[in-house]
Amino acid sequence: MSASDFAIRAYRVKKNYGKSTDGPGLNGLTMEVPRGTIHGLLGPNGAGKTTAVKIFSTLLRLDEGEASVAGYDVTAEGHRVRERIGLVGQYAAVDEQLTGWQNLEMFGRLYRLPLKQARLRAEQLLGQFGLTEAGSQQVAKYSGGMRRRLDLAASLIVSPEVLFVDEPTTGLDPLARQEVWQAIQSLKEAGTTVLLTTQYLEEADQLADRISILKDGRIIQEGTPDSLKSSFGGDRLDITLLTQEDASSAAAILRELGDGGFSVDEANNRISVPVSDRTGSLLRAASAFAASGLEPLDMVLRRPTLDEVFIHYTTRSDYRDTKEATQA
Amino acid sequence: MTTQAKGLTATPPRASRFRFALVDVWVLTKRELLHWIGNPWGIIIGLLFPVLMVLMFGFLFGGAMSVPGGGSYFDFLMPGMFAMTMFFGVESTVLAITTDASKGVTDRFRSLPIHASSVVLGRCMVDMLNSVLALAVLMVTGLLLGWRWNGAWEHALLAVGLLLLLRFALLWVGIFIGLSARNAQAVSALQILVWPIGFLSNVFVDTSTMPAWLGAIASFNPLSSTATATRELFMNPGAQGDTWISQSAMLLAVAWPIVLLAIFFPLAVRRYRRLNR
Ligand SMILES: Nc1ncnc2c1ncn2[C@@H]1O[C@H](COP(=O)(O)OP(=O)(O)OP(=O)(O)O)[C@@H](O)[C@H]1O
Ligand SMILES: [Mg+2]
Repeated sequence: MSASDFAIRAYRVKKNYGKSTDGPGLNGLTMEVPRGTIHGLLGPNGAGKTTAVKIFSTLLRLDEGEASVAGYDVTAEGHRVRERIGLVGQYAAVDEQLTGWQNLEMFGRLYRLPLKQARLRAEQLLGQFGLTEAGSQQVAKYSGGMRRRLDLAASLIVSPEVLFVDEPTTGLDPLARQEVWQAIQSLKEAGTTVLLTTQYLEEADQLADRISILKDGRIIQEGTPDSLKSSFGGDRLDITLLTQEDASSAAAILRELGDGGFSVDEANNRISVPVSDRTGSLLRAASAFAASGLEPLDMVLRRPTLDEVFIHYTTRSDYRDTKEATQA
Repeated sequence: MTTQAKGLTATPPRASRFRFALVDVWVLTKRELLHWIGNPWGIIIGLLFPVLMVLMFGFLFGGAMSVPGGGSYFDFLMPGMFAMTMFFGVESTVLAITTDASKGVTDRFRSLPIHASSVVLGRCMVDMLNSVLALAVLMVTGLLLGWRWNGAWEHALLAVGLLLLLRFALLWVGIFIGLSARNAQAVSALQILVWPIGFLSNVFVDTSTMPAWLGAIASFNPLSSTATATRELFMNPGAQGDTWISQSAMLLAVAWPIVLLAIFFPLAVRRYRRLNR
C-alpha cells in the first residue's frame, strides 16, 4: 500500500501532559489505518486512547513524532484535517440548551452548508437516528442514548472522510448500542474510515476490521480480531462445577492435562484451560473426571474471547500466577 | 480504495473565507440568542438583579448615606450601579465559557473547520448585547425613580460608551478566566470573589469615607474610575475629588480598560489556542 492509502498514520508520537504525577499521555504511538476500514483502539483506563483521538483531531498538539489524517499533517495542516474529519468525543458534546434540531442546524451552518441545505440535512439526520419526534425538544431533556445519537448525527453532517469516535456506547442500553453500531457500520459502507476507541471488547470484535491494543501510551499488540485471538492461543475448554471443592480438585486434574496458563473463575466455580487438540482434550478431561468421580455441570469447547486476549496483554507486565482470575 | 465524496468540504477561496467567518460569528451569536429564548428566566433575572440592588441600596440603605460635596444619594448611586452592572457581567461570561468547555462543546467547535476567533467573537457579541440591554433597563429604572442626568446628550452618550468600554475589557478578562478555570468549583470561587472586588470601589460610598488605606485601594479599582467619569459626564454628585486619581477619572476610565485589554486580550487568545497544550 502506498502512503495515500492510509487514512490515519502515526509515527512515534509522544505526548506528555507535563505533570510528573501522571504517566505520559502517549509514549511512541505508531499506527496505520487503511482507508475505508474501521479500526478499534482498545486499552485500559488511562492508556492514552482519548489523547490519541485528540491529537488526530487537532485538539491537542503532539510533542514529538509525526501524525497525519486524510493525508494531511495534523500539526502543519490542521485546518485541512478539520475539513475532513468528524469527532465524537468521549462525552456527548452537544448544546444542551438548544433543541436537537437547532443543534444540527447550527453545526450544519458551521460546516459551511447554506441555510436551506443545513435545515434539510438536520431533518434527514434526525430521521436517520430516530430523533424526529425529539427534534424540537431541548437536549437537556434527552436520555443518554438520544444525546449520543444526536452527537453522532452532528459529526456526520458532511460525511467525513475520517471519523473519530471515543467510547461511543459507554452508558448506553443494548438497543441504543445496536443503533450506534449500525450507524458506524453504514458509515464504513459509505467509505468513511472510522477510528473507534472502546472499553467493550465485544464492540471492537463486532465492528473493527483491525484492532490495536494500547497500554501506557504505546501499542502493544495489533491485528484482526481473529488473529489476535489465535495469537493468544488455540481453543479453550471451560468446565463449570457445582462446588468450590470440586473446582479445586478438577483444577488439579486439569493442570496435568492442559497446555498450562489456565484461569479459574472462583465466583462461578468455572475453570478455563487452553487446549491444543480439541476433542482429544475434551475426552481426556471427561474420562479423568469420571475416574475421580467428579460431575461437571458443564463442559464447553470454545475459541478465546477478545476479553481474554485483552486481559492477557494488558496485564502481562504485572505479576500474575498461572492462576489468573478471569473477569466477567 | 474507496474515494470519498467531499464536494462539501473543499477549501473556499480567500474572499469567501471572510464571508464565511462572518456567517460563523452570526451562527454562534444566534446560538446564544436561542439560549435566551430557551431559558428566558435566566436573562430576565439577570436584567432585574441590578434593579433589585438599586432598590436595596437606594431606598433601604440610602437614607443613611450622605454624599461628600452634597447632592442626592440616589443620583450618586445610579452611575455607580451602571459601572457595577458592567462588572457583574464578567460572571456570566465566565460561566458560559466554562460550561461550554466542561461539556465538550468547545472541543467540538475546535474540531470544526471554522476560524478559532469565531467562537470567542460570538460570545463577545452576545455579552455586549446583554450589557446594552442591562444598561438600558437600569437607566429606565433610574429615570422612573427620579434619577436625572444634567449634562448634554453627547456627554451622556460618552458615558454609555465608557461603561461599555469597561464591559468590553472585562469580557476578555472573563474569557481568559473561563478558559483557564474549566471547572465548576473555580467558577463558584470566582462568583464569591466578584462581590468584595465590586464593593471595594466608590460605587456605593465615596472613598474619602473609608479608612485611608482601604480608600486608596478602592480608588485604584477600575470600576471607581469609570463610575467617577460617568458621574462627571452625567453631572451627578460625587465626581469632584481632591486626589489625583479622582481628578484624572476621565483619563483613567479610558486607560484602565485599555490596559486590561492589552493584557487579557492576548492572554485569552493564546489560552484558546493553547487549549491544545
Ligand atoms: N488534561 C490532562 N492533564 C494531565 N494529564 C492528562 C490529561 N488528560 C489525560 N492525562 C493523562 O494521560 C494519560 C492518558 O489519558 P487518556 O485520557 O488519553 O486515557 P484513555 O485511554 O482515554 O482513558 P479512559 O479509558 O479513562 O478514557 C493518563 O495517564 C491521564 O492521567
Ligand atoms: Mg478516554
